Amino acid sequence: MFPYPDPRGRFGPYGGRYVPETLVPALDALAEAYDEARADPAFMQTLEDDLRDFVGRPSLLTLAANLTARLGGAKIYLKREDLNHTGAHKINNTVGQALLAKRMGKARVIAETGAGQHGVATATAAARYGLACVVYMGEEDVRRQALNVFRMQLLGAEVRTVTSGTRTLKDATNEAIRDWVTNVRDTFYIIGSVVGPHPYPMLVRDFQSVVGREVMQQLQEYEGREAPDAIVACVGGGSNAIGVFAPYAYLSEERRPRLIGVEAAGHGMTSGAHAASISLGKRGVLHGALMYLLSDDDGQISPAHSVSAGLDYPGVGPEHSFYADEGLAEYVAVDDAEALAAFRTLAEVEGIIPALETAHAIAHVMRLAPTMPPEAIIVLNLSGRGDKDVSEAMRVLGERPVTS
Amino acid sequence: MSRADGGEARIAATFARCRAEGRAAFVPYLTALFPDAPRSLAAARTLLQHADLLELGLPFSDPLGDGPTIQRSSEVALRAGASTAGLMRMLRTLRAETAAPLVVMTYYNPIYCYRGPAGEGEEAFVEDLRAAGADGVILPDLPPDEGETLIAAARRHDLATIFLVAPTSTDARLRLVSAASRGFIYAVSVTGVTGTRDVLGAEIGDLVRRTKAQSDLPVAVGFGVSTPANAADVAAFADGVVVGSRLVQTIADGDDVDPVAAALAAACRRPAVAG
Repeated sequence: MFPYPDPRGRFGPYGGRYVPETLVPALDALAEAYDEARADPAFMQTLEDDLRDFVGRPSLLTLAANLTARLGGAKIYLKREDLNHTGAHKINNTVGQALLAKRMGKARVIAETGAGQHGVATATAAARYGLACVVYMGEEDVRRQALNVFRMQLLGAEVRTVTSGTRTLKDATNEAIRDWVTNVRDTFYIIGSVVGPHPYPMLVRDFQSVVGREVMQQLQEYEGREAPDAIVACVGGGSNAIGVFAPYAYLSEERRPRLIGVEAAGHGMTSGAHAASISLGKRGVLHGALMYLLSDDDGQISPAHSVSAGLDYPGVGPEHSFYADEGLAEYVAVDDAEALAAFRTLAEVEGIIPALETAHAIAHVMRLAPTMPPEAIIVLNLSGRGDKDVSEAMRVLGERPVTS
Repeated sequence: MSRADGGEARIAATFARCRAEGRAAFVPYLTALFPDAPRSLAAARTLLQHADLLELGLPFSDPLGDGPTIQRSSEVALRAGASTAGLMRMLRTLRAETAAPLVVMTYYNPIYCYRGPAGEGEEAFVEDLRAAGADGVILPDLPPDEGETLIAAARRHDLATIFLVAPTSTDARLRLVSAASRGFIYAVSVTGVTGTRDVLGAEIGDLVRRTKAQSDLPVAVGFGVSTPANAADVAAFADGVVVGSRLVQTIADGDDVDPVAAALAAACRRPAVAG
């Protein structure tokens, strides 16, 4: 359905399988099982049914009339992944992978999580399909996202705190891979983003691409056209962005909208504390794939920084790396302060509290919309809701709830 | 660039000598530059009094094939300033002092991102590593399928490429790894990461037999070999015994590695078969 990756798992030069030999047979088996599953109408029907009846798809496409009026330019639509069960796009992928795990006869699933949304979505799918679940989460993120830790526990998952390295998503991923190397025979690793060794970037892209396919249909219905002028999405590893970009990315140039990925600039692009892997990184290998990466001259991985735990990752999916090189998508960056301002604006103007990750994309839409004419259309992928971020936002903004 | 006194030839001669002497090669591993460059060099010199080959690990920020001991040692070494150039300096010093094969274990990104005297990238890394005195390189996150260009560069510079096999490897994978490997093949004793374990899995004997059915190269066993008893068990069927975490932990504890290494080396000598 998509022209990439090639049979060796490459998007141009990016991707591949840079993993310990122990995992190679498991990746072969996964690729084979996925090929069979997606050719099996019964599997695809179960996936579609569960996306509708359990996740709540299709998600709405909401016209942001107030934001459009305030910015005075392009018409802005919000793709409401925040309204999915568990509050983000992550569940699209975990339902797919958990169904695949079950089909492969695996009794145990593991996952890494940054903001906790992927961990919650994995724990949720594991509960629904009767799978044991362990989620790895960095100590720093456990602190930032305490609410999500408890949600995972309520869902029956075991949350293991990771204290090595940066104590964030990068090291949680290392630890999940170590678990998988150790328990590969009975464990399915549910990766949460379009990263990792082949076939994961393809698998996650395919499961998330339901988002872009729905936008095509909904926009056709509302506006009589399948493509907007621009689609904007935040990019950490890049799963929500790939979900909405991929169905458009390989269209001919006349049919393809501007696809704009928004990375986290953290404390600023010259601060050294950011997560702008495409904007400021170089090619390298982490977690099994060649991609744009933040690393030093010796190839040691540099710590990333973002106010949002979900973007706090030093790499970016191989398919995004490919899009960037080929000019299929463009990538910009928004810093913590601008994202926090956008977080507040969307809440006040539209009555929607977005995830801090999503707020980066909103901030860019606020820059972009006024430069475009009123007949232009922007679709913003509202990848998650902000309930999980309220206490962290209060802390960062230095505010306290007003009591009387 | 091929030199008869180093690289593959040196590794092959060492395993042949061990085989003739009726023992498995003892291959201690050190996290290079841990806890810092001078103390790491001192530990390497001590180990070389017992080692047949010495394995030096280049510290990496994200060692996803390693357990807690080597993770922590890598973090400490990097904080103390460990670098690829520092490893090259250590190799040059040791090469001037020993005839034993020196092999480097490194994750792939430091190779991919390498910049040094010979230039940038894989080929420059291989050339500089060989010139510094290394005979081989062990690649824990680079299966041969992804290593075509590195393998070609290593052949040009006579640096042995040592790939890993695991209990999960199919016979087809064993053939692929065997064909890509030079010097020896590294058999991972368990499905898991590096670290000490009380009991070794029963599957390791089977893996070594299956590997030897596909290759004439020596097979060394590592991951989880920590006690002299473990080492003696492995020495009974493998050509080499790699011990890492146990030695790194000894250094981390500030203890002397000499007696630990001596006991492990002794355990690699197979008892003479009676009759």
